[in-house]
Amino acid sequence: MSDDAPRPYTLVAELTYRCPLRCVYCSNPLDYASHQDALSTADWLRVFREAEGLGVVQLNLTGGEPLIRDDLETLVEGARALDLYTNLITSGIPCTRERLARLRAGGLDNVQVSIQDVRAPESDRIAGLRSFERKLEVARLVKELGFPLTVNVVLHRENLERVPEIIALAESLHADRLELANTQYLGWALTNRRALLPTREQLDRAREAARAARDRLRGSMELLFVMPDYYAEFPKSCMDGWGRRFIVVSPDGLALPCHAAHTLPGLVFDRVQERSLEEIWHHSDAFNAYRGEAWMPEPCRSCDRRAADFGGCRCQAFHLTGTATATDPVCSLAPDHELIEVARREATAPAASPLEYRTARSSAPA
Amino acid sequence: MPEAGSRLAADARPRLAPKVRLRWDRKDGRYMLLYPERGLVLNGTAAQVVKLCTGEHTVAAIVARLAEQYADQPADAIEREVLTFLHAMVDRGLIRSEP
Repeated sequence: MSDDAPRPYTLVAELTYRCPLRCVYCSNPLDYASHQDALSTADWLRVFREAEGLGVVQLNLTGGEPLIRDDLETLVEGARALDLYTNLITSGIPCTRERLARLRAGGLDNVQVSIQDVRAPESDRIAGLRSFERKLEVARLVKELGFPLTVNVVLHRENLERVPEIIALAESLHADRLELANTQYLGWALTNRRALLPTREQLDRAREAARAARDRLRGSMELLFVMPDYYAEFPKSCMDGWGRRFIVVSPDGLALPCHAAHTLPGLVFDRVQERSLEEIWHHSDAFNAYRGEAWMPEPCRSCDRRAADFGGCRCQAFHLTGTATATDPVCSLAPDHELIEVARREATAPAASPLEYRTARSSAPA
Repeated sequence: MPEAGSRLAADARPRLAPKVRLRWDRKDGRYMLLYPERGLVLNGTAAQVVKLCTGEHTVAAIVARLAEQYADQPADAIEREVLTFLHAMVDRGLIRSEP
């Protein structure tokens, strides 16, 4: 496959930004409330068809909370007719057995339920809603109905110590997959970074627990431990590179290379209501903006790793340095790496900061 | 950790794990295994093995079937290739052999 004609493999369909939870690390943009649900059932089904035509084989139905869309069953049936592998990424709220059974009959392949911690008070505190017990019930329903279950837990300084208990909980739910994903510090998580960023020691202990469990559970439960890039030497290959593997479509119909791309200045993103996905993928200025290497500054441009990490995350570069084309500051070679060193030092401070919950009120205007 | 081989006896009947689906990739003319957030491209032999992982056929039967199809190649090489692939898939949780 040549880099001139990259093939998307995954469509991330953000069906709505609405969500009953108010998680303090939500990856939706701070101005989420200004992005209304603008796509009809027919629009989404066309987007799925166009994506499949481009080569997409994986569909993530996400949000916000995708269960809020009452046409979810129709969307799942449409995805199944296209033979897409369809994964519902849900908080489990609001969900009923009847609804899950219909989604199962419609051909949904996998259900991912997020929990925030292993006990109700801690989990509900992060979610900003009493939801923990119901989430466990939904996870059990998912298995009862014969779905494979992914349990997702976002990790941060308040729950990292409980990784062994989280693994035990996932085992007791008979999860097929456990995603232990350290917080990515964008969106609401960047706002709450002082309260969430762990120390290196916390991380190392959690990672060791996860590694041991992964060996023990090999073949029965897949265990994923995603390190936070703040403690890596080099950046992650964000989205496997800009416009290389992923298409994200936002609730208002923006086609994006990643779920936060519309927070970058100076890029005009096309709407799927106005242009075909094929045209957008191949020809839009925004998808082409950070493809290849021509846009790269030094030290990326002459770096041996430039084809492995693509210079890191554009959104992180912009939100930390103010320049979207900067080398991702998490890179130890980045001119702005001191920003990350400062954040790490802050993380060693004992006093926790107050949490700011996701709310429409505190959303900045678009 | 047990030896991979001990988890897949000759009379085991492997099948795809519940989270895994086999899909023909018409874009590039090949089979893929799809599972949450991942995909695995299969070569011709691997695809034939996966198609037989329905829970009906034993490992021995799968090996025999493949050896038949590739009669121009040494049977022990085919057997090694099939077993190595199956063990790797069991290790990755993509194929299961329990009843």
